[in-house]
Amino acid sequence: MDLALARSIVTVAAFVTFIGIVVWAWSGARRERFEAAAKLPLEDDEPQRPRGGGVAAPSDHGSMR
Amino acid sequence: MQSQDTFNYTVVRQFALMTVVWGVVGMLVGVLIAAQLMWPELNLAPWLSYGRLRPLHTNAVIFAFGGSALFATSYYVVQRTCHVRLFSPALASFTFWGWQVVIVAAAITLPLGFTTSKEYAELEWPIDILITLVWVAYAVVFFGTIAKRRTPHIYVANWFYGAFILTVALLHVINSAEIPVTLWKSYPVYAGVQDAMVQWWYGHNAVGFFLTAGFLGIMYYFVPKQAGRPIYSYRLSVVHFWALIFTYMWAGPHHLHYTALPDWAQSLGMLFSLILLAPSWGGMINGIMTLSGAWHKLRDDPILKFLIVSLSFYGMSTLEGPLMSIKTVNALSHYTDWTIGHVHSGALGWVGLISIGALYYLIPRLYGRTEMASVGLITLHFWVATVGIVLYIAAMWIAGVMQGLMWRGVSPDGTLTYTFAESVKATYPFYAIRLLGGTLYLAGMLIMAYNVWKTVVGQRAVDAPIPAAAAA
Repeated sequence: MDLALARSIVTVAAFVTFIGIVVWAWSGARRERFEAAAKLPLEDDEPQRPRGGGVAAPSDHGSMR
Repeated sequence: MQSQDTFNYTVVRQFALMTVVWGVVGMLVGVLIAAQLMWPELNLAPWLSYGRLRPLHTNAVIFAFGGSALFATSYYVVQRTCHVRLFSPALASFTFWGWQVVIVAAAITLPLGFTTSKEYAELEWPIDILITLVWVAYAVVFFGTIAKRRTPHIYVANWFYGAFILTVALLHVINSAEIPVTLWKSYPVYAGVQDAMVQWWYGHNAVGFFLTAGFLGIMYYFVPKQAGRPIYSYRLSVVHFWALIFTYMWAGPHHLHYTALPDWAQSLGMLFSLILLAPSWGGMINGIMTLSGAWHKLRDDPILKFLIVSLSFYGMSTLEGPLMSIKTVNALSHYTDWTIGHVHSGALGWVGLISIGALYYLIPRLYGRTEMASVGLITLHFWVATVGIVLYIAAMWIAGVMQGLMWRGVSPDGTLTYTFAESVKATYPFYAIRLLGGTLYLAGMLIMAYNVWKTVVGQRAVDAPIPAAAAA
Protein backbone atom coordinates (compact mmCIF):
# COMPACT_ATOMS: atom_id res chain seq x y z
CA MET A 1 0.00 0.00 0.00
CA ASP A 2 1.45 3.36 -0.80
CA LEU A 3 2.16 5.74 2.02
CA ALA A 4 -0.26 8.47 0.94
CA LEU A 5 -3.18 6.03 1.00
CA ALA A 6 -2.14 4.73 4.42
CA ARG A 7 -2.02 8.28 5.73
CA SER A 8 -5.46 9.03 4.31
CA ILE A 9 -6.88 5.93 5.95
CA VAL A 10 -5.40 6.89 9.32
CA THR A 11 -6.82 10.42 9.02
CA VAL A 12 -10.30 9.18 8.14
CA ALA A 13 -10.15 6.52 10.88
CA ALA A 14 -9.19 9.17 13.43
CA PHE A 15 -12.04 11.40 12.31
CA VAL A 16 -14.58 8.56 12.45
CA THR A 17 -13.30 7.60 15.91
CA PHE A 18 -13.79 11.16 17.09
CA ILE A 19 -17.34 11.30 15.73
CA GLY A 20 -17.94 7.99 17.50
CA ILE A 21 -16.72 9.50 20.77
CA VAL A 22 -19.07 12.48 20.36
CA VAL A 23 -22.05 10.18 19.71
CA TRP A 24 -21.02 7.99 22.65
CA ALA A 25 -20.72 10.98 24.98
CA TRP A 26 -24.10 12.42 24.00
CA SER A 27 -26.05 9.16 24.10
CA GLY A 28 -28.59 9.13 26.94
CA ALA A 29 -27.18 5.90 28.35
CA ARG A 30 -24.13 7.75 29.66
CA ARG A 31 -26.10 10.33 31.60
CA GLU A 32 -26.08 8.61 34.99
CA ARG A 33 -22.44 7.60 34.82
CA PHE A 34 -21.42 11.13 33.85
CA GLU A 35 -23.50 12.67 36.62
CA ALA A 36 -21.87 10.38 39.15
CA ALA A 37 -18.42 11.23 37.79
CA ALA A 38 -19.14 14.97 37.79
CA LYS A 39 -19.95 14.79 41.53
CA LEU A 40 -16.61 13.15 42.38
CA PRO A 41 -14.72 16.30 43.36
CA LEU A 42 -17.61 17.51 45.52
CA GLU A 43 -18.00 14.23 47.41
CA ASP A 44 -14.65 14.42 49.13
CA ASP A 45 -15.74 17.21 51.43
CA GLU A 46 -12.96 18.80 53.39
CA PRO A 47 -12.99 17.93 57.04
CA GLN A 48 -13.51 21.39 58.52
CA ARG A 49 -11.36 20.72 61.52
CA PRO A 50 -9.83 23.31 63.80
CA ARG A 51 -6.18 24.07 63.30
CA GLY A 52 -3.93 21.09 63.66
CA GLY A 53 -6.87 18.82 64.31
CA GLY A 54 -6.14 16.50 61.44
CA VAL A 55 -3.97 13.47 61.52
CA ALA A 56 -0.56 14.99 61.00
CA ALA A 57 2.26 12.89 59.74
CA PRO A 58 5.47 13.10 61.77
CA SER A 59 7.59 13.42 58.67
CA ASP A 60 5.73 16.51 57.55
CA HIS A 61 7.07 18.89 60.12
CA GLY A 62 10.41 19.69 58.67
CA SER A 63 9.33 19.86 55.07
CA MET A 64 9.86 22.95 52.95
CA ARG A 65 8.84 25.63 55.35
CA MET B 1 5.05 5.17 58.99
CA GLN B 2 1.92 7.17 58.38
CA SER B 3 -1.43 5.61 59.00
CA GLN B 4 -3.12 4.27 55.91
CA ASP B 5 -6.19 6.44 56.14
CA THR B 6 -4.74 9.85 55.33
CA PHE B 7 -3.78 11.37 52.00
CA ASN B 8 -0.12 11.93 51.20
CA TYR B 9 0.02 15.72 51.39
CA THR B 10 3.76 15.88 52.08
CA VAL B 11 4.73 15.95 48.41
CA VAL B 12 1.80 18.25 47.60
CA ARG B 13 2.99 20.72 50.24
CA GLN B 14 6.56 20.60 48.97
CA PHE B 15 5.58 21.27 45.38
CA ALA B 16 2.95 23.88 46.34
CA LEU B 17 5.41 25.98 48.35
CA MET B 18 8.13 25.65 45.71
CA THR B 19 5.64 26.83 43.08
CA VAL B 20 5.50 30.16 44.91
CA VAL B 21 9.29 30.31 45.31
CA TRP B 22 10.00 29.50 41.65
CA GLY B 23 7.22 31.85 40.56
CA VAL B 24 8.99 34.74 42.29
CA VAL B 25 12.40 33.70 40.90
CA GLY B 26 11.19 33.11 37.32
CA MET B 27 9.21 36.33 37.15
CA LEU B 28 12.09 38.29 38.69
CA VAL B 29 14.34 37.07 35.86
CA GLY B 30 11.56 38.08 33.43
CA VAL B 31 11.48 41.60 34.85
CA LEU B 32 15.28 41.77 34.63
CA ILE B 33 15.37 40.83 30.94
CA ALA B 34 12.50 43.23 30.21
CA ALA B 35 14.65 45.94 31.84
CA GLN B 36 17.64 44.84 29.72
CA LEU B 37 15.61 45.53 26.59
CA MET B 38 15.03 49.04 27.92
CA TRP B 39 18.56 49.57 29.20
CA PRO B 40 21.14 47.37 27.41
CA GLU B 41 23.72 48.54 30.01
CA LEU B 42 22.15 45.99 32.35
CA ASN B 43 23.90 43.20 30.43
CA LEU B 44 26.56 43.35 33.12
CA ALA B 45 28.44 40.11 32.48
CA PRO B 46 28.25 37.26 29.97
CA TRP B 47 26.32 35.11 32.46
CA LEU B 48 23.95 38.03 33.12
CA SER B 49 23.35 38.77 29.45
CA TYR B 50 19.94 38.72 27.81
CA GLY B 51 20.71 35.77 25.55
CA ARG B 52 21.48 33.50 28.50
CA LEU B 53 18.86 34.82 30.90
CA ARG B 54 15.97 34.63 28.47
CA PRO B 55 15.98 30.78 28.36
CA LEU B 56 16.48 30.83 32.13
CA HIS B 57 13.29 32.91 32.44
CA THR B 58 11.24 30.64 30.17
CA ASN B 59 12.51 27.46 31.84
CA ALA B 60 11.91 28.88 35.31
CA VAL B 61 8.36 30.06 34.73
CA ILE B 62 7.25 27.11 32.58
CA PHE B 63 8.99 24.14 34.15
CA ALA B 64 9.82 25.35 37.66
CA PHE B 65 6.72 27.47 38.46
CA GLY B 66 4.22 25.82 36.10
CA GLY B 67 5.72 22.35 36.53
CA SER B 68 5.65 22.52 40.33
CA ALA B 69 2.03 23.75 40.20
CA LEU B 70 1.14 20.76 38.01
CA PHE B 71 2.93 18.27 40.27
CA ALA B 72 1.28 19.73 43.39
CA THR B 73 -2.25 19.88 42.00
CA SER B 74 -2.12 16.57 40.12
CA TYR B 75 -0.92 14.71 43.22
CA TYR B 76 -3.67 16.39 45.24
CA VAL B 77 -6.46 15.89 42.71
CA VAL B 78 -5.65 12.28 41.84
CA GLN B 79 -5.70 11.26 45.51
CA ARG B 80 -8.88 13.14 46.35
CA THR B 81 -10.86 12.02 43.31
CA CYS B 82 -9.66 8.41 43.51
CA HIS B 83 -10.17 8.27 47.31
CA VAL B 84 -6.82 6.58 47.89
CA ARG B 85 -3.42 7.53 49.18
CA LEU B 86 -0.78 8.37 46.59
CA PHE B 87 0.99 5.33 45.15
CA SER B 88 4.62 4.93 46.31
CA PRO B 89 5.60 7.80 48.63
CA ALA B 90 9.28 7.06 47.89
CA LEU B 91 8.86 7.62 44.15
CA ALA B 92 6.71 10.71 44.81
CA SER B 93 9.49 12.09 46.99
CA PHE B 94 11.99 11.29 44.23
CA THR B 95 9.93 13.32 41.74
CA PHE B 96 10.07 16.31 44.08
CA TRP B 97 13.79 16.24 44.79
CA GLY B 98 14.66 15.16 41.24
CA TRP B 99 12.64 18.04 39.78
CA GLN B 100 14.31 20.53 42.11
CA VAL B 101 17.74 19.26 41.02
CA VAL B 102 16.69 19.72 37.38
CA ILE B 103 15.66 23.31 38.11
CA VAL B 104 18.85 24.15 40.00
CA ALA B 105 20.93 22.51 37.24
CA ALA B 106 19.10 24.67 34.70
CA ALA B 107 19.72 27.78 36.80
CA ILE B 108 23.46 27.01 36.81
CA THR B 109 24.07 25.72 33.27
CA LEU B 110 21.98 28.21 31.28
CA PRO B 111 23.76 31.34 32.59
CA LEU B 112 27.08 29.55 31.98
CA GLY B 113 26.07 29.25 28.33
CA PHE B 114 25.44 25.51 28.11
CA THR B 115 22.47 25.13 25.79
CA THR B 116 21.16 22.93 23.00
CA SER B 117 19.61 26.15 21.58
CA LYS B 118 16.27 24.34 21.06
CA GLU B 119 13.59 26.62 22.47
CA TYR B 120 11.99 25.28 25.68
CA ALA B 121 14.38 22.30 25.41
CA GLU B 122 17.64 24.15 26.03
CA LEU B 123 18.92 21.90 28.79
CA GLU B 124 21.87 19.70 27.90
CA TRP B 125 21.84 15.93 27.78
CA PRO B 126 22.75 14.99 31.39
CA ILE B 127 19.81 17.10 32.62
CA ASP B 128 17.59 15.63 29.89
CA ILE B 129 18.30 12.15 31.28
CA LEU B 130 17.38 13.25 34.80
CA ILE B 131 14.15 14.81 33.47
CA THR B 132 13.30 11.49 31.84
CA LEU B 133 13.87 9.57 35.08
CA VAL B 134 11.76 12.01 37.08
CA TRP B 135 9.03 11.90 34.49
CA VAL B 136 8.87 8.09 34.44
CA ALA B 137 8.59 8.12 38.25
CA TYR B 138 5.84 10.76 37.96
CA ALA B 139 3.91 8.54 35.53
CA VAL B 140 4.30 5.51 37.83
CA VAL B 141 3.05 7.46 40.86
CA PHE B 142 0.14 9.06 38.99
CA PHE B 143 -1.10 6.03 37.08
CA GLY B 144 -0.34 3.74 40.03
CA THR B 145 -2.71 5.88 42.10
CA ILE B 146 -5.38 5.69 39.41
CA ALA B 147 -4.92 1.91 39.20
CA LYS B 148 -5.67 1.44 42.91
CA ARG B 149 -8.55 3.94 43.03
CA ARG B 150 -11.64 3.18 45.11
CA THR B 151 -14.03 5.13 42.89
CA PRO B 152 -15.69 3.59 39.84
CA HIS B 153 -14.91 6.57 37.59
CA ILE B 154 -11.70 8.30 36.62
CA TYR B 155 -12.62 11.96 37.03
CA VAL B 156 -12.04 14.08 33.91
CA ALA B 157 -9.32 16.19 35.57
CA ASN B 158 -7.24 13.02 35.81
CA TRP B 159 -7.67 12.37 32.10
CA PHE B 160 -6.17 15.75 31.36
CA TYR B 161 -3.33 15.25 33.85
CA GLY B 162 -2.73 11.76 32.43
CA ALA B 163 -2.59 13.03 28.85
CA PHE B 164 -0.19 15.77 29.96
CA ILE B 165 2.14 13.26 31.64
CA LEU B 166 2.15 10.76 28.75
CA THR B 167 2.50 13.34 26.00
CA VAL B 168 5.27 15.29 27.69
CA ALA B 169 7.20 12.03 28.11
CA LEU B 170 6.85 11.34 24.38
CA LEU B 171 7.72 14.91 23.36
CA HIS B 172 10.74 15.13 25.63
CA VAL B 173 12.27 11.81 24.60
CA ILE B 174 11.82 12.38 20.85
CA ASN B 175 12.87 16.04 20.73
CA SER B 176 15.83 15.51 23.05
CA ALA B 177 17.29 12.65 20.99
CA GLU B 178 20.86 13.91 20.78
CA ILE B 179 24.43 12.70 20.50
CA PRO B 180 26.67 13.82 23.38
CA VAL B 181 30.17 14.92 22.42
CA THR B 182 31.30 16.22 25.81
CA LEU B 183 29.68 16.43 29.23
CA TRP B 184 27.92 19.70 28.36
CA LYS B 185 27.65 19.59 24.57
CA SER B 186 25.46 17.46 22.33
CA TYR B 187 24.08 17.60 18.82
CA PRO B 188 20.52 16.66 17.84
CA VAL B 189 20.08 13.50 15.78
CA TYR B 190 17.90 15.46 13.35
CA ALA B 191 19.24 17.89 10.78
CA GLY B 192 17.96 20.85 8.81
CA VAL B 193 14.26 21.28 8.30
CA GLN B 194 13.49 17.94 10.00
CA ASP B 195 15.18 19.30 13.11
CA ALA B 196 13.04 22.43 12.91
CA MET B 197 9.86 20.41 12.45
CA VAL B 198 10.63 18.05 15.35
CA GLN B 199 11.50 21.05 17.51
CA TRP B 200 8.19 22.82 16.82
CA TRP B 201 6.19 19.62 17.00
CA TYR B 202 7.70 19.51 20.49
CA GLY B 203 7.38 23.24 21.11
CA HIS B 204 3.75 23.59 20.21
CA ASN B 205 2.74 20.41 22.00
CA ALA B 206 4.58 21.66 25.06
CA VAL B 207 2.10 24.54 24.85
CA GLY B 208 -0.75 22.14 24.16
CA PHE B 209 -0.05 19.51 26.75
CA PHE B 210 2.22 21.08 29.37
CA LEU B 211 0.66 24.55 29.41
CA THR B 212 -2.87 23.59 28.39
CA ALA B 213 -3.91 20.00 29.18
CA GLY B 214 -2.22 20.02 32.58
CA PHE B 215 -3.78 23.33 33.58
CA LEU B 216 -7.16 22.18 32.27
CA GLY B 217 -6.79 19.40 34.83
CA ILE B 218 -6.51 22.18 37.41
CA MET B 219 -9.60 23.87 35.97
CA TYR B 220 -11.74 20.72 36.02
CA TYR B 221 -11.09 20.16 39.72
CA PHE B 222 -10.61 23.57 41.30
CA VAL B 223 -13.34 25.54 39.48
CA PRO B 224 -16.13 23.11 40.53
CA LYS B 225 -14.59 22.87 44.00
CA GLN B 226 -14.36 26.60 44.61
CA ALA B 227 -17.75 27.24 43.03
CA GLY B 228 -19.28 24.41 45.06
CA ARG B 229 -21.07 22.92 42.08
CA PRO B 230 -20.28 20.23 39.52
CA ILE B 231 -18.78 21.06 36.14
CA TYR B 232 -21.32 22.60 33.73
CA SER B 233 -21.34 19.64 31.32
CA TYR B 234 -19.44 16.44 31.92
CA ARG B 235 -20.12 15.13 28.42
CA LEU B 236 -18.72 18.34 26.99
CA SER B 237 -15.58 17.73 29.06
CA VAL B 238 -15.22 14.26 27.49
CA VAL B 239 -15.54 15.68 23.98
CA HIS B 240 -13.25 18.58 24.96
CA PHE B 241 -10.60 16.10 26.01
CA TRP B 242 -10.65 13.97 22.87
CA ALA B 243 -10.91 16.96 20.54
CA LEU B 244 -7.75 18.42 22.06
CA ILE B 245 -5.97 15.06 21.79
CA PHE B 246 -6.91 14.64 18.14
CA THR B 247 -5.99 18.13 16.98
CA TYR B 248 -3.13 19.57 19.05
CA MET B 249 -0.49 17.20 17.67
CA TRP B 250 -0.78 18.73 14.18
CA ALA B 251 -0.59 22.44 14.93
CA GLY B 252 3.21 22.78 15.32
CA PRO B 253 4.08 23.83 11.74
CA HIS B 254 2.46 27.24 12.27
CA HIS B 255 5.71 28.17 14.03
CA LEU B 256 7.50 27.65 10.71
CA HIS B 257 5.38 29.68 8.27
CA TYR B 258 7.37 30.99 5.30
CA THR B 259 10.41 28.86 6.14
CA ALA B 260 11.98 25.93 4.28
CA LEU B 261 9.24 23.67 5.67
CA PRO B 262 7.14 22.31 2.75
CA ASP B 263 4.16 24.53 2.01
CA TRP B 264 1.62 21.76 2.52
CA ALA B 265 2.93 21.16 6.04
CA GLN B 266 2.55 24.87 6.80
CA SER B 267 -1.03 24.82 5.52
CA LEU B 268 -1.79 21.68 7.54
CA GLY B 269 -0.46 23.38 10.66
CA MET B 270 -2.60 26.44 9.97
CA LEU B 271 -5.73 24.35 9.37
CA PHE B 272 -5.38 22.35 12.57
CA SER B 273 -4.62 25.52 14.52
CA LEU B 274 -7.92 26.97 13.28
CA ILE B 275 -9.78 23.78 14.22
CA LEU B 276 -8.27 24.04 17.72
CA LEU B 277 -10.46 27.05 18.41
CA ALA B 278 -13.49 24.77 18.83
CA PRO B 279 -12.23 22.50 21.62
CA SER B 280 -10.45 25.40 23.33
CA TRP B 281 -13.61 27.46 23.53
CA GLY B 282 -15.66 24.39 24.43
CA GLY B 283 -13.42 23.91 27.45
CA MET B 284 -13.49 27.59 28.38
CA ILE B 285 -17.29 27.72 28.18
CA ASN B 286 -17.51 24.55 30.27
CA GLY B 287 -15.40 26.12 32.99
CA ILE B 288 -17.07 29.53 33.03
CA MET B 289 -20.63 28.16 32.79
CA THR B 290 -19.97 26.10 35.92
CA LEU B 291 -20.75 29.37 37.70
CA SER B 292 -24.06 29.63 35.86
CA GLY B 293 -26.74 30.56 38.40
CA ALA B 294 -24.10 31.47 40.98
CA TRP B 295 -22.47 34.47 39.38
CA HIS B 296 -22.75 36.43 42.63
CA LYS B 297 -19.97 34.24 44.04
CA LEU B 298 -17.61 35.96 41.65
CA ARG B 299 -18.18 39.26 43.44
CA ASP B 300 -16.99 38.23 46.89
CA ASP B 301 -14.63 35.34 46.21
CA PRO B 302 -11.17 36.43 45.01
CA ILE B 303 -10.11 32.82 44.35
CA LEU B 304 -13.00 32.41 41.91
CA LYS B 305 -11.95 35.72 40.33
CA PHE B 306 -8.53 34.22 39.67
CA LEU B 307 -9.99 31.02 38.22
CA ILE B 308 -12.65 32.59 36.03
CA VAL B 309 -10.52 35.47 34.73
CA SER B 310 -7.83 32.93 33.89
CA LEU B 311 -10.43 31.17 31.72
CA SER B 312 -11.20 34.48 30.01
CA PHE B 313 -7.53 34.85 29.17
CA TYR B 314 -7.52 31.23 27.98
CA GLY B 315 -10.39 32.10 25.64
CA MET B 316 -8.64 35.24 24.42
CA SER B 317 -5.32 33.60 23.73
CA THR B 318 -6.91 30.55 22.07
CA LEU B 319 -8.77 32.91 19.73
CA GLU B 320 -5.63 34.91 19.08
CA GLY B 321 -3.50 31.79 18.47
CA PRO B 322 -5.55 30.41 15.55
CA LEU B 323 -5.79 33.95 14.17
CA MET B 324 -2.01 34.30 14.23
CA SER B 325 -1.57 30.89 12.61
CA ILE B 326 -3.31 32.15 9.44
CA LYS B 327 -0.44 32.64 7.02
CA THR B 328 -1.37 36.16 5.95
CA VAL B 329 -1.73 37.29 9.58
CA ASN B 330 1.47 35.48 10.46
CA ALA B 331 3.28 37.38 7.71
CA LEU B 332 2.63 40.47 9.81
CA SER B 333 2.97 39.03 13.31
CA HIS B 334 5.87 36.62 13.04
CA TYR B 335 9.16 37.65 14.69
CA THR B 336 7.46 40.70 16.20
CA ASP B 337 6.55 41.41 19.83
CA TRP B 338 2.95 40.47 19.03
CA THR B 339 4.10 36.86 19.55
CA ILE B 340 5.50 37.83 22.95
CA GLY B 341 2.17 39.48 23.81
CA HIS B 342 0.26 36.38 22.73
CA VAL B 343 2.47 34.06 24.77
CA HIS B 344 2.12 36.21 27.86
CA SER B 345 -1.63 36.50 27.56
CA GLY B 346 -1.59 32.71 27.81
CA ALA B 347 1.23 32.47 30.33
CA LEU B 348 0.41 35.30 32.75
CA GLY B 349 -3.33 35.24 32.15
CA TRP B 350 -4.23 31.59 31.78
CA VAL B 351 -1.43 29.49 33.29
CA GLY B 352 -0.40 31.99 35.96
CA LEU B 353 -3.83 32.99 37.23
CA ILE B 354 -5.27 29.47 37.33
CA SER B 355 -2.19 28.16 39.18
CA ILE B 356 -2.34 31.03 41.66
CA GLY B 357 -6.08 30.52 42.22
CA ALA B 358 -5.58 26.79 42.77
CA LEU B 359 -2.72 27.45 45.22
CA TYR B 360 -4.86 29.87 47.24
CA TYR B 361 -7.41 27.07 47.55
CA LEU B 362 -4.81 24.40 48.23
CA ILE B 363 -2.24 25.85 50.62
CA PRO B 364 -4.52 26.58 53.61
CA ARG B 365 -6.00 23.08 53.33
CA LEU B 366 -2.53 21.53 53.48
CA TYR B 367 -2.04 23.22 56.86
CA GLY B 368 -5.40 22.45 58.43
CA ARG B 369 -6.88 25.88 57.68
CA THR B 370 -9.95 26.81 55.69
CA GLU B 371 -8.57 29.93 54.08
CA MET B 372 -5.44 32.01 53.56
CA ALA B 373 -4.20 34.26 56.36
CA SER B 374 -5.46 37.33 54.49
CA VAL B 375 -8.31 37.19 51.99
CA GLY B 376 -7.87 40.91 51.37
CA LEU B 377 -4.35 40.31 50.10
CA ILE B 378 -5.72 37.72 47.62
CA THR B 379 -8.02 40.40 46.23
CA LEU B 380 -5.13 42.87 46.09
CA HIS B 381 -2.98 40.28 44.29
CA PHE B 382 -5.78 39.69 41.80
CA TRP B 383 -6.08 43.34 40.81
CA VAL B 384 -2.34 44.02 40.73
CA ALA B 385 -1.77 40.95 38.55
CA THR B 386 -4.68 41.68 36.21
CA VAL B 387 -3.64 45.29 35.64
CA GLY B 388 -0.09 44.03 35.06
CA ILE B 389 -1.24 41.54 32.41
CA VAL B 390 -3.37 44.09 30.59
CA LEU B 391 -0.50 46.61 30.46
CA TYR B 392 1.89 43.89 29.31
CA ILE B 393 -0.18 42.41 26.50
CA ALA B 394 -1.60 45.70 25.24
CA ALA B 395 1.93 47.13 24.97
CA MET B 396 3.17 44.08 23.09
CA TRP B 397 0.20 44.01 20.72
CA ILE B 398 0.76 47.62 19.72
CA ALA B 399 4.53 47.18 19.52
CA GLY B 400 4.17 43.98 17.46
CA VAL B 401 1.74 45.33 14.89
CA MET B 402 3.81 48.50 14.61
CA GLN B 403 7.01 46.51 14.05
CA GLY B 404 5.30 44.30 11.45
CA LEU B 405 4.03 47.34 9.56
CA MET B 406 7.38 49.13 9.74
CA TRP B 407 9.31 46.07 8.49
CA ARG B 408 7.04 45.66 5.47
CA GLY B 409 6.87 49.39 4.65
CA VAL B 410 8.17 50.01 1.13
CA SER B 411 8.88 53.43 -0.40
CA PRO B 412 7.75 54.30 -3.94
CA ASP B 413 11.30 53.75 -5.19
CA GLY B 414 11.18 50.15 -3.95
CA THR B 415 13.47 50.52 -0.94
CA LEU B 416 12.45 49.71 2.62
CA THR B 417 10.94 52.73 4.35
CA TYR B 418 12.43 51.97 7.76
CA THR B 419 15.68 50.49 8.96
CA PHE B 420 15.45 47.76 11.60
CA ALA B 421 16.99 50.08 14.18
CA GLU B 422 14.19 52.59 13.63
CA SER B 423 11.62 49.93 14.56
CA VAL B 424 13.62 49.15 17.72
CA LYS B 425 13.66 52.83 18.63
CA ALA B 426 9.92 53.11 18.07
CA THR B 427 9.39 50.15 20.41
CA TYR B 428 11.05 51.77 23.46
CA PRO B 429 7.90 53.29 25.00
CA PHE B 430 6.17 49.93 24.75
CA TYR B 431 9.13 48.18 26.37
CA ALA B 432 8.69 50.62 29.26
CA ILE B 433 4.97 49.77 29.59
CA ARG B 434 5.79 46.05 29.37
CA LEU B 435 8.39 46.44 32.12
CA LEU B 436 5.76 48.15 34.28
CA GLY B 437 3.22 45.40 33.61
CA GLY B 438 5.73 42.66 34.38
CA THR B 439 6.81 44.43 37.57
CA LEU B 440 3.19 44.60 38.72
CA TYR B 441 2.75 40.88 38.05
CA LEU B 442 5.92 40.16 40.05
CA ALA B 443 4.65 42.43 42.84
CA GLY B 444 1.47 40.34 42.96
CA MET B 445 3.58 37.23 43.31
CA LEU B 446 5.48 38.81 46.22
CA ILE B 447 2.16 39.66 47.90
CA MET B 448 1.28 35.99 47.48
CA ALA B 449 4.60 34.84 48.95
CA TYR B 450 3.98 37.04 52.02
CA ASN B 451 0.42 35.75 52.39
CA VAL B 452 1.58 32.13 52.05
CA TRP B 453 4.27 32.75 54.66
CA LYS B 454 1.67 34.16 57.09
CA THR B 455 -0.59 31.19 56.34
CA VAL B 456 1.87 28.37 56.92
CA VAL B 457 4.34 29.67 59.47
CA GLY B 458 3.78 28.09 62.87
CA GLN B 459 1.08 25.84 61.45
CA ARG B 460 1.16 22.10 61.67
CA ALA B 461 1.21 20.27 58.39
CA VAL B 462 -2.07 18.36 58.21
CA ASP B 463 -2.80 15.31 56.11
CA ALA B 464 -6.54 15.04 55.60
CA PRO B 465 -8.14 11.64 56.26
CA ILE B 466 -9.40 9.72 53.27
CA PRO B 467 -13.22 9.82 53.20
CA ALA B 468 -14.66 6.55 54.45
CA ALA B 469 -17.17 4.51 52.48
CA ALA B 470 -15.82 5.99 49.34
CA ALA B 471 -16.33 3.08 47.03
CA ALA B 472 -19.62 3.15 45.21
